[in-house]
Amino acid sequence: MPVLNIKKFSFTYPGVDHPSLKNINLPIKKNRITALIGPSGCGKSTLLRSMNRIHDLYPGNKYEGKIEFIHENKEISDILDIKKENEFIELRQKIGMIFQKPTPFPMSIFDNVAYGLKIAGVKNKTELADRVEIALKGSALWKEVHDRLDKSAMGLSGGQQQRLCIARAVAVKPEVLLFDEPTSALDPISTGAIEELIVELKKDVSIAIVTHNMQQASRISDYTAFMYLGDLVEYDKTENIFLNPKEQKTEDYITGRFG
Amino acid sequence: MRLLINKIFLSLSVLSALIGLAFLGWILTTLFIKGLSSFHFSLFLNDLIDGGLRNLIIGQFILAGLASIIGIPLGMAAGIYIQEYGQGKYASIIRDLSDIMMSAPSIVIGAFVYAVVVVPTGGTSGFAGAIALAIMMIPVVISTTDNMLSLVPRELREAGIALGASKYKVIIDIVIKAAKVGIMTGILLAFARIIGETAPLLFTSETSNYFSLNLTESFPSLTVSIYDLANEPEEASRDLAWAASFILTVLVLIINLSGRFITRNKK
Repeated sequence: MPVLNIKKFSFTYPGVDHPSLKNINLPIKKNRITALIGPSGCGKSTLLRSMNRIHDLYPGNKYEGKIEFIHENKEISDILDIKKENEFIELRQKIGMIFQKPTPFPMSIFDNVAYGLKIAGVKNKTELADRVEIALKGSALWKEVHDRLDKSAMGLSGGQQQRLCIARAVAVKPEVLLFDEPTSALDPISTGAIEELIVELKKDVSIAIVTHNMQQASRISDYTAFMYLGDLVEYDKTENIFLNPKEQKTEDYITGRFG
Repeated sequence: MRLLINKIFLSLSVLSALIGLAFLGWILTTLFIKGLSSFHFSLFLNDLIDGGLRNLIIGQFILAGLASIIGIPLGMAAGIYIQEYGQGKYASIIRDLSDIMMSAPSIVIGAFVYAVVVVPTGGTSGFAGAIALAIMMIPVVISTTDNMLSLVPRELREAGIALGASKYKVIIDIVIKAAKVGIMTGILLAFARIIGETAPLLFTSETSNYFSLNLTESFPSLTVSIYDLANEPEEASRDLAWAASFILTVLVLIINLSGRFITRNKK
């Protein structure tokens, strides 16, 4: 069951003649982890950033094709049709994003997690406190920060900051979470904690993750898409991609012959 | 040969630095000696008409304060526009104009306000002085806001947007908060700059010997009075000008240092 279905999707950055993504067809399956891998400049981040339309922060991008969003009630909408501000807000609360570098807001730990909730219209103080606690517990951060929720989030370590960002995204109960190389700025121990957390999260959300690290893709993902120069070369179950890829390009990449 | 050039160059730069510092030291020591010898705490209790400086110090702060009330919101809003909303040509035109305005001679700004405010309203006033100082301040605030916001990482804005916040909310809640310390320091330095200005006030607010809170007439100003007092023939007036200069320098120094202090502690 896909939650997102990308169909014949092309993407062109402003002021560029050639599309950065060409005719992509890719499902993001429900409660599964889909990894996007490929060498730098292959378009994997560009594809991920199309799914919540964060590209639209900068004007002049050109989208073609469809990104279907299959809602809980089986209704289907096209993410690329969204034009109004309130629809964008709704989309981004359903499809959250975690970035490469941790991005704690310059405010307290509590306010960081409560930020999305407040935007979503949660005003009741006890409900806010409850949902912040649940989100922090769900991100395995509660034990470390429960006694300093009112302290600035900037004082946390890099790994803690990244888990805080995950808590912040999880708090608004999204259906999909997009991870854009979430561990490439972290040490191995923090990376391990984040990977565990991502696997844990797939019970509740569907996940797409861009990663440079092939071991990471093979460790945590259920499906893997290999991209190269704006094309989707191969998509399959992760074990098939890594154990017997159908395309020569895929094999060359995962065996480290280029990249 | 190369070693020799190296040594010559080094000694020349050291010499130049020393000459610069010597003049600074000279100015400060003269100011301290002359200022302190005429300094007395009663200067803070009496108005100029009774040989004190109270009305002038208060007046100077009111002028600079009012200028800040006008200049800070305008400058910040313009800086936010340039950095966050402005695209391409318009933003860079405004940025260039603001940079040009920053280097405009302060006497020219004084003359401009004289022409557009003082003449039509029929006379010098505190308001006219505050407007002239605000015009001095705006480009400094624009450029500080612009620069400090440009230091906020792009990802932080995207993270806010990715949570469903609208652009203005991201700017107000997140971007400005992240740049707060830098912007505050810049504003403090801008304030320190305008509080010591004379030329923009010379024919806009003028000065007054009496204590006044009425901004529609000539308004007491420390800097303009220093200029007037220094031109008086009596020794006593010139001593008072030295004392006033000393107080002004100390005030500016305190504001400058607290600006640096904030940056150092909050980063």
